[in-house]
Amino acid sequence: MAQVTIIDPAGTSHEINVENGTSLMQAALDNGIDGIVAECGGACSCATCHCYIDAAWVGKVNEPSSIEKDMLECVIDPQDNSRLSCQVFVSDELDGLVVTLPQAQY
Amino acid sequence: MQQDHCVIIGGSHAAAQLVSSLRLNKWEGKITIVSADAFLPYHRPPLSKSYLSGEKILDEIMIRPPTFYERSDIEVILGTRVTAVDRANKKVHLDNQTDIPYTKLVFTTGAKVRKITIPGHNLPGVFYLRDLNDVDHIREYLGHAKKAVIIGGGYIGLETAAALRSLDMDVTVLEALPRVLQRVTAPEVSAFYSRVHSEEGVKILTNAAVESIDGKYKVESVTTADGQVIPADLVVVGIGVIPDVELAEQAGLKVDNGLVVDEFARTNDHDILGAGDCTNHYNPIYDIQLRLESVQNATDQSRVAANTICGKLEPYRALPWFWSDQYDLKLQIAGLSQGFDQVVVRGSTETGRSFAAFYYKEGRLIAVDAINRPKEFMACKRALAEQKTANPEMVADESVDIQEAFQL
Ligand SMILES: Cc1cc2nc3c(=O)[nH]c(=O)nc-3n(C[C@H](O)[C@H](O)[C@H](O)COP(=O)(O)OP(=O)(O)OC[C@H]3O[C@@H](n4cnc5c(N)ncnc54)[C@H](O)[C@@H]3O)c2cc1C
Ligand code: FES
Repeated sequence: MAQVTIIDPAGTSHEINVENGTSLMQAALDNGIDGIVAECGGACSCATCHCYIDAAWVGKVNEPSSIEKDMLECVIDPQDNSRLSCQVFVSDELDGLVVTLPQAQY
Repeated sequence: MQQDHCVIIGGSHAAAQLVSSLRLNKWEGKITIVSADAFLPYHRPPLSKSYLSGEKILDEIMIRPPTFYERSDIEVILGTRVTAVDRANKKVHLDNQTDIPYTKLVFTTGAKVRKITIPGHNLPGVFYLRDLNDVDHIREYLGHAKKAVIIGGGYIGLETAAALRSLDMDVTVLEALPRVLQRVTAPEVSAFYSRVHSEEGVKILTNAAVESIDGKYKVESVTTADGQVIPADLVVVGIGVIPDVELAEQAGLKVDNGLVVDEFARTNDHDILGAGDCTNHYNPIYDIQLRLESVQNATDQSRVAANTICGKLEPYRALPWFWSDQYDLKLQIAGLSQGFDQVVVRGSTETGRSFAAFYYKEGRLIAVDAINRPKEFMACKRALAEQKTANPEMVADESVDIQEAFQL
């Protein structure tokens, strides 16, 4: 279990408790947070679950696959700390993680 | 004044998105989902992929957790069908003999499988694949089965073949047409899928119409029109779906290969809307009337419906897209390739497992099938949504960056 802060496109912070093994995408949807579309439901096929991982945490989250990296190059407004939130899984070590959602998913 | 009450018929992808969008839009009325399914909305795509192969369990494929519906104050009535819609009195009748009044009604009744009627179609061991229940039954049956025949070489048939192959079964796919995926892809792409399936040990027979399913007490074999007898102890039929619109038709709503809705997802009765696999709608990007069977359409159209219900009229103009996972192949499709007159391949379909096929019509890009090429998919999806095209020679040339080819 970790406490995660998700900042939605309107700038509102949501502090949520997330079970280990749950993806950030699922956690955001489960909590009714706006800004993630997640059309493919976590199949790493749609890139509509783009998020930015707070700089301090980039090295602590699990590594992206090559498919995810390729998809991230083509999202709107990619940054070094871009991730697909369906591919980032929560663990105890991520307690305190801060994630920001982009203005647009497509 | 009567309280707003949105009643939703069907509880799958479209319904789950609709209720989420209504609440995100701060819609304050009452919301009720009436679902014939026994489970809360779950993702269907894994049913023929990771759920069938046993990699994923029910909890992992739920669209939203049970707490979401409680917290969002959404009533879900499971295992129950709407049997009639009384438009004059604005209420629906359920098969448990209760009535529910509505101010807004949404059809998200989806599609149901097309059944085969050949001899033997009722034998134990013959399955369809649409609902969780279907897959649970297949999985229970797997213990006794070693040889599977899949009837139908479309996406669901091929995905099922791949999943069963990963469980070490002997798998044969029977396709009545000259090639697999004939209705949806170019010959090059069909040939590629045939090659990979045979490399993985799946037998694909084309031009193979099925004449009968045979067995004494349960399935033992399948016979084709040209007399081939293929031993089988499990048969999965995947020959397409038909929109579930009888109820809408009985209610006097306009139906024409699906429930006809306008760009705001409204039927001819503006208090009744429709979204997802059950609808027939207009797509402005391709300037055609169509019915789609995809998660993209179910979710995007539901968002439009939710906006309409909340008084925000925003037309539906999303680009259709689709995906299919088989073995190590990630296929992503953007756009609609129907009516193409030119195919340009980037990479090779004959060797390896990574290429993109771009479809053109009268010189204009209309779609892409990208296999293990997420960049090509993403770039093309964006270009198509912005109604941009790209020079075929540049697209085919691997030395040109794909984003550059599309001038993104
Ligand atoms: C095995 C499989 C794999 C798939 N893979 C992919 C994929 O990889 N990518 C993709 O984009 N799409 C895929 N699809 C398609 C996708 O699942 C559908 O497009 C999507 O489910 C459509 O959602 P829907 O809500 O419109 O309708 P449906 O999912 O069809 O749901 C409609 C529901 O309404 C219920 N219902 C109907 N009438 C009534 C009534 N009178 N009262 C109460 N309930 C009623 C039905 O029982 C059903 O549960 C796949 C589908 C299947 C079956
Ligand atoms: S939800 Fe589709 S890529 Fe993450």
